[in-house]
Amino acid sequence: MKENQTTIDTASSLKGSAGRGSASKCDIILCGVGGQGILSIATIIGEAATKAGLYLKQAEVHGMSQRGGDVQSNLRLSTEPIWSDLIAEAGADLIISMEPMESMRYLAYLGKEGKIVTSSKPFVNIPNYPDEEALQAELDALPSVKLDIESVAKDCGNPRGANMVLLGMAAPYIGILSVESLREAIATVFARKGEQVVEANLKAFDAGVAGK
Amino acid sequence: MKNMSTIDKSNNSLPNRDGGERVLLLGDEAIALGAIHAGLSGVYAYPGTPSTEITEFIQGNAIAKERGLHSRWCTNEKTAMEAALGMSYAGKRALVCMKHVGMNVCADAFVNSAITGVKGGLIVLAADDPSMHSSQNEQDSRFYAKFALVPCLEPSNQQEAYDMMAYGFELSERLGEPIVMRIVTRLAHSRAAVKVAAPVAEKPLSPATDAWVLLPGIARKKYVALLEKQVDMLQASEGSPFNQVETSASKRGIVACGIAYNYVKEAVGSEANLVKVSQYPLPEAKIKALAAQCDELLVIEDGQPVVEEMVKGLLGAGYPVKGRLTGDLPRTGELTPDSVAKALGKATGAAFAPAKNLAARPPQLCQGCGHRDVYAALNEVLADYPEHRVFGDIGCYTLGALPPFQSLSSCVDMGASITMAKGAADAGLFPAVAVIGDSTFTHSGMTGLLDAVNDKSNIAVVISDNLTTGMTGGQDSAGTNKFEAICLGLGVEPEHVRVVVPLPKNMPEITRVIREEIAYNGVSVIIPRRECIQTFKRHAKQKQTLPPSSL
Repeated sequence: MKENQTTIDTASSLKGSAGRGSASKCDIILCGVGGQGILSIATIIGEAATKAGLYLKQAEVHGMSQRGGDVQSNLRLSTEPIWSDLIAEAGADLIISMEPMESMRYLAYLGKEGKIVTSSKPFVNIPNYPDEEALQAELDALPSVKLDIESVAKDCGNPRGANMVLLGMAAPYIGILSVESLREAIATVFARKGEQVVEANLKAFDAGVAGK
Repeated sequence: MKNMSTIDKSNNSLPNRDGGERVLLLGDEAIALGAIHAGLSGVYAYPGTPSTEITEFIQGNAIAKERGLHSRWCTNEKTAMEAALGMSYAGKRALVCMKHVGMNVCADAFVNSAITGVKGGLIVLAADDPSMHSSQNEQDSRFYAKFALVPCLEPSNQQEAYDMMAYGFELSERLGEPIVMRIVTRLAHSRAAVKVAAPVAEKPLSPATDAWVLLPGIARKKYVALLEKQVDMLQASEGSPFNQVETSASKRGIVACGIAYNYVKEAVGSEANLVKVSQYPLPEAKIKALAAQCDELLVIEDGQPVVEEMVKGLLGAGYPVKGRLTGDLPRTGELTPDSVAKALGKATGAAFAPAKNLAARPPQLCQGCGHRDVYAALNEVLADYPEHRVFGDIGCYTLGALPPFQSLSSCVDMGASITMAKGAADAGLFPAVAVIGDSTFTHSGMTGLLDAVNDKSNIAVVISDNLTTGMTGGQDSAGTNKFEAICLGLGVEPEHVRVVVPLPKNMPEITRVIREEIAYNGVSVIIPRRECIQTFKRHAKQKQTLPPSSL
């Protein structure tokens, strides 16, 4: 079987696992620009959710839209069985975005009590990218936290770990999973790439958790 | 082969899943693993979003490798369908996979496979793309199943997708007919945990002994036999474990097809009076029973209003049937939890106003992609010919229609660039240029080129060769290293088969070659050849991680 197949405990053990936060569900929209690595974030959250015995559904984008266009993934975690692969309007607990403008593309899906966790640094590959100051001001008026994740990743000595910084930023808001369980998932997912890669990614993740 | 559990041979059985492990799988992967575990002997496919991952999974699967299952990519969907029918003729279980428009390509073989019938189980998997995420239309493959008069399975989730493979192969063998399995993008590309069964053995070689020779005299008898099987097919649907009934006090009945069932459950939970349809022909008795309990029916289906029309016919003009045709659900695009909730009167709506500082970000050709250099060169040369038209084709290079290049006037179906350029040239248009990718050329471009050669049509064909099937993620391309030979074999004159390397530094040479070939009155083929930047990066990475001795 392929490496990305994770064995999951049988249904009887799906409830009441340890190492989890208090919420009973978490619906997340992961977004960014094709090629920014949102699926790696999804893989790690998926690994942690699987270990915790949660139900999970994750709708991904494959195909033409991956070529430098906007991409998103709907990731749903719950202690109860999940029906829809897609999140309904006003249903998302979190929007986790690798790019500030992209974080606002899915506002219709953000729940009343939801949160946006995003990179603050624009990725400009279109001629009509909006005015940056206006964009940042609009984002500030929303329930959001943002950080220049690329700079933080560089400061950590892991310039390719921006997505791990972002995951760290989001970790405290993924109520259904503990921060520690996400750290463990990073170690598991990157284990085959060696101790150094694991350490570098954990460092980036921790910097994200600390918010700097 | 060891530890093979057997599957219950009774009608409508499900595989024994007791004690099976649970794995996190994409819908596509669930289908692939379900097929392998059900004793598949070969998958035949041409890559196409959202079906590609089925074959890729089988190519990487350990059991498939150990058993030596056929999984190499085919040149197109028609060759795939025919090869799978051949494997079925030999008595073994075969799977054909394609995106919905692939059904058009293999339709001749597919429709006639219902007339020949099958020996080994044969499942024809069509992945529909409502909302056209990565396609040129949103045609509904359930029409094809009805057209060919064969059953259709439509899973609502990843678990059913897995379970339906063993079920479908058995049904196929019991009826002696191919089975269509129709999925949609949202299932193909969504992950969930799937409980899996123990793998069973492949079927032994045991070729069919009846004649599959569709001469009119034989075909007429076989067609009557196919019609006689319709009763069995309907009976199988009425008793199918995948067609379930849920009851409540509601006076509005719901017919929920495939993945639509999930959105209904998300919106109303157990409050629905419904028939879930995941196997066709439509379970008419179940629908009639539901209609009798209710005042109206709402048909919820992803894709085109196939079932809505059938239900209208079934219940007659007096009974109110709602759905996409009545505007209760959107006429186009994939269903969403919101569109279904709205139709059920349960929509919540957004909590935040739409963003103001937001621009569209369409997909574009990768930085460093050779297609970019091809379009830059074409645009430079063709600026001197205001009457020119460039006919495009299906692939990454279709993005050449968008800014900054805006080079293309058409993109219709696989191979149409060459034949449309030919037809336009026949009409007197000059210059008529075709741009086609390497994989698309071998898929459906070669026959059109032969037409052009035989007619001495005045066209310039650009085969933009990136050595792979790029748009679907870099699968092997059937014609790699064979293009000059193919073009010469089809009769293109040797001095008009030109190969260039699409790099910015070669622009003077590329534009000169294009100019010369446009000036030539006849068929010319220009082959810009440079590896896809995505597969190039992947190969470079693989080399890095391999020990030096293995290079």
